[in-house]
Amino acid sequence: MSTIVFIDTRGKKIPKAATEAVTYAHQLSGGPVTAVTFGDATGLEALGAYGAGKVVVARGVNTVDGQQLTKLVVDVASDQDAKNVVCMHDATGRSVAPRVAARLKAGHVAGAIALPEGDLIKRNVFSGKARSWVKVSSPVRVISLMPNSIAPEQGERTATVEEYSGDLGEPRIALKEVRKAGEGIPLPEAEIVVSAGRGMKGPENWGPIEELARLLGAATACSRPVADMHWRPHHEHVGQTGIAIRPNCYIAIGISGAIQHLAGVNQSKVIAVINKDPEAPFFKAADYGIVGDAFEVLPKLIEAAKKLNAEH
Amino acid sequence: MKILVLISQVPDTTARIAFTNDNTSYDTSGVQFIVNPYDEWYALVRGLELKEANGGSVTTVTVGTADTEPTIRKALAIGADEAVRIDVAPVDALQVAEQIAAFATDKGYDLVLAGKETIDYNGSQVAGMVAELLDLPYVPLASKLDIAGATATVERDVAGGVEVLEVQLPLVVSASKGMAEQRIPNMRGIMAARTKPLNVVPAAEADHVAATARFELPPPKGTCKMIPAEDAGQLIELLHSEAKVI
Ligand SMILES: Cc1cc2nc3c(=O)[nH]c(=O)nc-3n(C[C@H](O)[C@H](O)[C@H](O)COP(=O)(O)OP(=O)(O)OC[C@H]3O[C@@H](n4cnc5c(N)ncnc54)[C@H](O)[C@@H]3O)c2cc1C
Ligand SMILES: Nc1ncnc2c1ncn2[C@@H]1O[C@H](COP(=O)(O)O)[C@@H](O)[C@H]1O
Repeated sequence: MSTIVFIDTRGKKIPKAATEAVTYAHQLSGGPVTAVTFGDATGLEALGAYGAGKVVVARGVNTVDGQQLTKLVVDVASDQDAKNVVCMHDATGRSVAPRVAARLKAGHVAGAIALPEGDLIKRNVFSGKARSWVKVSSPVRVISLMPNSIAPEQGERTATVEEYSGDLGEPRIALKEVRKAGEGIPLPEAEIVVSAGRGMKGPENWGPIEELARLLGAATACSRPVADMHWRPHHEHVGQTGIAIRPNCYIAIGISGAIQHLAGVNQSKVIAVINKDPEAPFFKAADYGIVGDAFEVLPKLIEAAKKLNAEH
Repeated sequence: MKILVLISQVPDTTARIAFTNDNTSYDTSGVQFIVNPYDEWYALVRGLELKEANGGSVTTVTVGTADTEPTIRKALAIGADEAVRIDVAPVDALQVAEQIAAFATDKGYDLVLAGKETIDYNGSQVAGMVAELLDLPYVPLASKLDIAGATATVERDVAGGVEVLEVQLPLVVSASKGMAEQRIPNMRGIMAARTKPLNVVPAAEADHVAATARFELPPPKGTCKMIPAEDAGQLIELLHSEAKVI
């Protein structure tokens, strides 16, 4: 079954999520797939290692316009007579995959978390509180893959790289500026997250949270009231109405664990909770717990993290 | 400025998640339905702010059966001028988008606002599909939206920073946190909502290309390993040597 995979490779190196998407497409088709991308990234041959036989790249196209990118994907899909179109479920994927699906009258499985079993594809619903199995009945399927759902698989081969020669027209959306986030690790990509809530009492008490995060190489996050009270910037708000993350390790300090908060973090691999109330609901979702006062526990964690760093 | 806001109905954020009919349908018994928070707090409120600043009108559109009307009234109470309900049960994203596009085409909306995603289905699909069907540019996951004349400036969070984009109207935008602040409807709004128009329009032809075959609940979490507060440092040890995540 012919499969293509659309990835965003505009950064300096190929993002992990792109290697995951290519791996997924490869395992789905059971043979080499065609990867579609754009921009000026070099070293695209390396995508062969993840299962791309060929990479079609629209050189010089550094666009954020979903209509141009949709044309690119649809052109390659029809050229290859693709039955599966795999995308990443990130900002670029979200502006392209639904459009491609609407254009091709294709069923779109958004945020797939595993390879199909038979003709059913698994995805998260109810903000991670449940899963569903989706069946697509159209001839073409569009599947957007949730980051961190599959381990990138590396082989020995390299891909051939071809330039896209069609015309994508003029962009209707212009990128004016990219404001880099401050220091530190961007939250959606972080493998380790140190998060704190209203139990910290006030913004002046975040020093130890930041120090612990720095020592662990972690990003910082917070609960909604903390962002709403402007103790912390809005982009740190995780949960149902903030961002959803799925790090390897989520350490929650002084957060009660309301269901709306859990909705954004319950996909984390390991959850550790520090709360002075033994009845805090968060403990029910946790792998490790400490019942204690954050202000007494944090110095101990910082000390242990320093020790760990000194040893390794 | 003519603004269209896509309003969906979802179970309350604290609703119990359970399934019936052999796990093929969501059990709605005892469930309270609300306006999807992204649609209400961010998309609708920003639409109202833009109308207040520039003049014009805010219309909401919902694809759903009559049981969505209390939720639609809530959107009217917050300040929308009129509401439209397309009378069919939503089944898949493409079908919903085709219904909305069939309604909106030729009506000359300058701006179509949606939520980032529904908190039950979590698709993040409908707005992009509407944009494709109407041949309009689309910016998903916007955290800021300003309009001067016919030019929209949109910001969105991406990995590692914030992108600032410029687009000419008409345009479709999906709203994430930051675009506006939640508004609580007051008594006057609630009274006024009773008499605002809620127009029911018949459904158009639409495709059905995807269906949820069944649901499942995630496997239950194992037990939580408790560490005494005096030995808190042990947590770091365990995360390193036992869980192997740091
Ligand atoms: C529609 C809707 C959407 C929502 N979306 C979100 C969302 O996306 N994200 C989100 O986070 N919330 C969201 N909420 C809010 C959510 O319901 C909770 O109110 C919120 O998560 C609570 O934040 P918190 O745990 O920081 O504060 P609190 O509930 O006040 O909890 C503070 C915790 O800290 C503990 N504590 C206090 N002092 C100490 C100390 N010295 N040491 C250790 N522990 C201490 C307390 O025991 C308590 O458990 C939403 C609510 C609604 C209605
Ligand atoms: N049945 C519906 N009626 C109107 N708008 C909808 C409907 N379903 C989804 N939407 C809009 O599309 C957005 C994204 O929905 P989804 O693609 O289901 O995550 C929602 O936040 C709404 O703004």
